[in-house]
Amino acid sequence: MSTGTMSRPGRGAVRRSDGFGQLLHSEWIKFRTVRGWVIGMIVAAILTILLGVFAAGGGGISCQQPGRPPQTGKACLPYVPHGPGGEVVTDSFNFARQPLTGNGTITARLIALTGKHVDLSSPGGTEAGSGPGLVPGLAPWSKAGLVIKQSLHQGSAYAAMTVTGGHGVRMQWNYTGDTAGLPGRVTGTSPRWLRLTRAGDVITGYDSADGSHWTKVGTVHLAGLPATVQVGLFATSPNYSVTSQSFGGSSERGGPSEATGVFDHVRLSGAAASGRWSETAIGSGGPAALGPVSRATGFSQAHGIYTLTGSGDIAPVVPGPGSMLPTATVEQSLSGAFLGLIAIVVVATMFFTAEYRRGLIRTTFAATPHRGQVLAAKAVVGGAVAFVTGLVASVIAIAIGVPLETSQGQVVLPVSALTEARVVIGTAALLAVAAVLAVALGGALRRSAAAVTLAIVTVVLPFLLTALKLFPPAIGSWLLRVTPAAGLAIQQSIPRYPQVATTNSPAGGYYPLPPFAGFAVLCCWAAAALALAYFLMRRRDV
Amino acid sequence: MKVALHAEWTKLRTVPGPAWLLLAIVALTAGVSAAAVGATSCPPGLRCPVDPAKLSLTGVQFGQAVVAVLAVLMICSEFSNGMIRVTFAAMPARPLVLAAKASILAGLVLAAGIIAVAGSVLAGHLILPAHGFTAARGFHAVWVTYGPSMRAAAGSVLYLGLIALLSLGVAAMVRDSAVAIGAVLAVLYLFPIILAFVTNPAWQHRLERWTPTIAGLTIQATTGLRSLAISPWDGLGVLGIWAGAALLGGALTLRLRDA
Repeated sequence: MSTGTMSRPGRGAVRRSDGFGQLLHSEWIKFRTVRGWVIGMIVAAILTILLGVFAAGGGGISCQQPGRPPQTGKACLPYVPHGPGGEVVTDSFNFARQPLTGNGTITARLIALTGKHVDLSSPGGTEAGSGPGLVPGLAPWSKAGLVIKQSLHQGSAYAAMTVTGGHGVRMQWNYTGDTAGLPGRVTGTSPRWLRLTRAGDVITGYDSADGSHWTKVGTVHLAGLPATVQVGLFATSPNYSVTSQSFGGSSERGGPSEATGVFDHVRLSGAAASGRWSETAIGSGGPAALGPVSRATGFSQAHGIYTLTGSGDIAPVVPGPGSMLPTATVEQSLSGAFLGLIAIVVVATMFFTAEYRRGLIRTTFAATPHRGQVLAAKAVVGGAVAFVTGLVASVIAIAIGVPLETSQGQVVLPVSALTEARVVIGTAALLAVAAVLAVALGGALRRSAAAVTLAIVTVVLPFLLTALKLFPPAIGSWLLRVTPAAGLAIQQSIPRYPQVATTNSPAGGYYPLPPFAGFAVLCCWAAAALALAYFLMRRRDV
Repeated sequence: MKVALHAEWTKLRTVPGPAWLLLAIVALTAGVSAAAVGATSCPPGLRCPVDPAKLSLTGVQFGQAVVAVLAVLMICSEFSNGMIRVTFAAMPARPLVLAAKASILAGLVLAAGIIAVAGSVLAGHLILPAHGFTAARGFHAVWVTYGPSMRAAAGSVLYLGLIALLSLGVAAMVRDSAVAIGAVLAVLYLFPIILAFVTNPAWQHRLERWTPTIAGLTIQATTGLRSLAISPWDGLGVLGIWAGAALLGGALTLRLRDA
């Protein structure tokens, strides 16, 4: 840059406009010519891939059927039903049914919902299905009610009006849909009337407390419903589990449960209603066989009173220890990103602090006196390098990790291509924003030690403490909302379904904030750090 | 050696950073422990799988990060401002300098650790019984009257000291403060994260037995001792091996390289 061009007033603006491009170029040269940093980024990518593959490959399962040699991996998997939306589902319940051709309406009054679950106050409570351990009681999502189902195949489309153990009346459909109806529990004095109406592909659910005043709960469209569907009463009950408010140990306890619904005033109107109800236990040989689900079923019918007992669940399969299947998530192969993050934070911090240490910063500021531009150029270059590194690493980690999980007999919960792209690109963006945060902290603090510690501790430690249950869940989820660690939510591929009881551990795949909201929190921290660095750099000499 | 110790002590005493970091070790450890104890309660009628001693010493997880920073800065700041050349000119025996640094560092961290752990134990002793963790319900006291609790407390102090030595050794090998802190924090926190993700029991067992922080922190366990992957003192011993190896590596690198 010659002083001659600088002194001409008319050309200053022109120079400045392409000046930022030049500044970016010079920062890029500074980055790529330090061999240690380039090696650091490559090492970050390799470690991310290796650790991710290690975590993905560590979950092999084995099994043995009587009279056969033991098997491992894929051969152990039972039939895994998929719902209409492509998600892996649990579909096991006791069904008192008859076929219905064409349009029709089923109405029933539920006069009692009772159940049994594993006794968690006895010492043997954690032992799955340990025989006589069942005590009276309902799981929050024990269900009994009405259902219209496409067929008797697991995973087929359905819509149901159901009374639950602890969440009032719900209308649920196609495993993921859930709408609330009347609140409260069913008692002798307060029964619940339920009704489902089919008109073509459209099913409408109603509820009522007295049988004369009906409220519409929801209308759902089940695409491609055949002319003849299965309609009837159902009862089911998922695993009952309690997470005690403690940590530092195994605090999740659970076991099987069963639900019994007592119905009267059961009426089915429509063409070809035969009037005969037959009992079918859906999914009795299905994936539930792996989990500690009670095998209890039962159906009796006398004087217009129908009693139906079942165990299982009609819901999407979610990751976590409560799952009945050996599940894995797409993002599990990306858990190596923590190691990559540490390496990238170190390099990004040094990208700024090394200039202070060597005195190069004086030359930089002499060439470009505008502090903000230098800061912006460094943030852009640091972020871009981290993004590319992260993208390469996560694409390779997913490409190796997911097939590895499948071959080991894990059910990798399928997600849409869009979600998978969000997880992969989001991981790269997470590393990029963390790098920007580190660059900004390096510029603000000028000392590597403080900046690196601050960046690593705020991003990694909240996750670790919550994942290891070193903190009570309340504090842990609060930490994952407000600290930069909230950005890790961008990796969550399976949404949290309110109608499935799960633990909220981030190691199980759940973050308290939605993916993009969590990512926005991290971006806010990076922006705040940039603002602080800009403010301090403007006030200081160098 | 006496001269070397005195020199290191003077270098440390005359800058404000180390004093603040020592204060931070005490405040963070005791403060986080008190917060963890205060946030936990065992409602009547529920069985709580809580280890009172381990709970009361939660803050050590945080305090160790500050210990690592202190240890790394003790040697890396000399490398970054060139002081190390003066140091080695005055005392050409590299291992002696490292030994002096290690002694001073260990002494300071142990002193700070005693205060920090005493504060944590006091918080547990005062708060836990009021939150339902009473002797009548089978919870042991977090106090001098119960041996294993005292073993956990004393072991936590030693744990912090060993973390300091491990960090010093890594820092001597790496020399740059940013890289050293990244490496040390990775060693401290990555293994527990891997443990959270790995589902293979064989690998879980290996991680619990042989990694510095997970094995080292078994010294805090006072319940379920039979199901531990490694006994408390053996676990601390594993950390000791790591720290010794790191110091040895640091001494060798200092010897083999020019400053």
